[in-house]
Amino acid sequence: MDYFLELLIGGLTRGSIYALIALGYTMVYGILELINFAHGEIYMLGAFTALIVASVLTMNGMTGVSVLILASVVAVIYASAYGFTVEKIAYQPLRRAPRLSPLISAIGMSIFLQNYVLLAQTSDFLPFPSLIPSLPFMEPYSHIIGSAEFIIIVTTAAATAALTLLIKFTKLGKAMRATAQDRSMAMLVGVNVNRVISNTFIIGSALAAIGGVLIASHVGRINFSIGFIAGIKAFTAAVLGGIGSIPGAVLGGLVLGWTESFATGYVSSDYEDVFAFCLLVLILIFRPAGLLGRSAAQKV
Amino acid sequence: MKTLSEFKKSFFIALWFMLLTFPIMVIRVNPIEKVIEWRWWNMALVGIGGFLLSFVWRALLNRKERGRKPAPPTISPEPSPCREERTGAGASGTGNEGLKPVAVKNPGPRAIVGQPFEESRLYRPALAAAALFILAFPFVFSSYQTNIMTTALIYVVLGLGLNIVVGLAGLLNLGYVAFYAVGAYSYALLNHHFGLGFWTALPVGALLSALFAILLGFPVLRLRGDYLAIVTLGFGEIIRLILENWNAFSFGPSGISNIPRPGLFGIALSIHAATVYLYFLMIALCLFTIFVVSRLRDSRIGRAWIALREDEVACEAMGIDKTRAKLTAFVLGAIWAGMGGVIFAAKTTFINPASFTFLESAMILSIVVLGGMGSILGVIFGAFLLILSPEYLRAFSAYRMLLFGTTMVVMMVFRPQGIVTSVRRVYRFTAKGKGDAPAQA
Repeated sequence: MDYFLELLIGGLTRGSIYALIALGYTMVYGILELINFAHGEIYMLGAFTALIVASVLTMNGMTGVSVLILASVVAVIYASAYGFTVEKIAYQPLRRAPRLSPLISAIGMSIFLQNYVLLAQTSDFLPFPSLIPSLPFMEPYSHIIGSAEFIIIVTTAAATAALTLLIKFTKLGKAMRATAQDRSMAMLVGVNVNRVISNTFIIGSALAAIGGVLIASHVGRINFSIGFIAGIKAFTAAVLGGIGSIPGAVLGGLVLGWTESFATGYVSSDYEDVFAFCLLVLILIFRPAGLLGRSAAQKV
Repeated sequence: MKTLSEFKKSFFIALWFMLLTFPIMVIRVNPIEKVIEWRWWNMALVGIGGFLLSFVWRALLNRKERGRKPAPPTISPEPSPCREERTGAGASGTGNEGLKPVAVKNPGPRAIVGQPFEESRLYRPALAAAALFILAFPFVFSSYQTNIMTTALIYVVLGLGLNIVVGLAGLLNLGYVAFYAVGAYSYALLNHHFGLGFWTALPVGALLSALFAILLGFPVLRLRGDYLAIVTLGFGEIIRLILENWNAFSFGPSGISNIPRPGLFGIALSIHAATVYLYFLMIALCLFTIFVVSRLRDSRIGRAWIALREDEVACEAMGIDKTRAKLTAFVLGAIWAGMGGVIFAAKTTFINPASFTFLESAMILSIVVLGGMGSILGVIFGAFLLILSPEYLRAFSAYRMLLFGTTMVVMMVFRPQGIVTSVRRVYRFTAKGKGDAPAQA
């Protein structure tokens, strides 16, 4: 029973991280109908920035929660800036291009960012300081759930709730929904579509950076290539839940996390990534609209 | 005044990039020895580079915008004696009435290298010189050089194969390397277990790749373009992970060694002779591929692919079997990847899963994108450029992948049609006496 609970919590933690990254995919896809291939790299850049900031701070004598908070804030700011810049360079000039063009451009951006970090930093795995403090009130449950896992789950829930509120109740959220529905119509009623798209990228990148910092300090090591697999899996999660839908992304992330966790726990740990990809292929074949998505008829 | 504001803009862009790249470019932490390295010099480089590049970027964007403005597409007034125009060549003398196929370039900037090849005056001698160079190459240069050339030729074949899928049919296949791996492993394993020779394995590898393509393609090709990209990517990763983990089947990450080189009627060849032999084999395969692809492109199915790429719904309305056309393209692409894989295994005599990563797929894709999607000449140029330049510019080899990524973005933003624009054949109605009637694409 404990083993089962451990796997359940492990899957929940994993799934939360996937959900955080998948939110960025799903928002961008909802508005631009573009698979933002470079999104995984933004997550990696967030984790790297946090690592660098945290290392510099700890070497200068700072300790404790303040390092975690400072590193996270800097990572979120930088990841947002990268997301914004990537959109301006690689996607904005391609608004009127055929669908394949921005996708290839996104793949190019992803390769570029990976190698940028590889060349400017290192190809080795770097140890990430475990920044998340252990919480005293979690002591009695420590055999099932660690404090790091608890914090990851709580943060994800909070971020998702905040995002839902933002989209439902703020002016920006309204503009985002309008742009997703019909871009030219939104433009006609006075929505600054370019700014809305930039904001979408900024919000998505910020969420990815939060995920990056959390998972890096949980797993304890990062390198330049973590973004690729994480990005693909998060995309799987987004498709699984129904791309374009925010609760769908969270649900998809959790389902994917549990699938991986139970499959590696009960079947084999060698094929961890294969399970995720098989799930993706199966979902796309049998239910391309996803769990919570609606299949839309194509307009001619 | 305008230049001042331009400078100001570039200055702010440079500043933005200096700040943006600050943590990654400037600080390097060594967590084991607890040392921080500050590389301020990099920041200066980013600043200067950003400042200069922003001018280039804006100039190119402006040019692109201006190129889009003029409404009438640039149509060549006289049908140039182009090699694409086999059927039109006879008609050009007989007067200009009725339907007449002419080669019309895509509206937009002129092709950089496409132009001289269309004039037969230059085309013939150029072809002869190229043929002479190709024939003499292994006898003039060392076998090391010949080996590199053979690698480049393998990529030409792979690029042309992917060109069918991506360039003609418009299906973005990000797992192309999986079919390449199937070809390579089928030769290696069949040879290891059953002692099959190269010439038997070549069609078997191609057929196995085709089988995998059918198995994957049949359910998946109904999906929209970008989903297809992700599924093929996932498929590529699944194949690689299985090869890496299923030790009993594929010998895991350590790979398979001692794969025999191709035989020549049982004659034992020295290593140098085998290299030369393989080189000519690749030349033959390249010529065969070029022949098949160019014939396919002008065939009924080829035109169906191009039409599918442009508009799926219209295609279905015209009675084209969408799934079948897509599946044909997908499978044909896979067949070439399978053959490329068999030859790759025979050339290196050693394969392991590390040769079949996503980056390999990305490289083949960037060959197609850089050269020009749909253009045969372009793909050949792209393959030579991307494979040979890192070999001869060793200093840049570390930056190879960085350059690939940049190439893909820059090409998509500024020249989506690639270095060599693929020549579109269109039917044009020309009324008597009037020079330029509207073109019908």
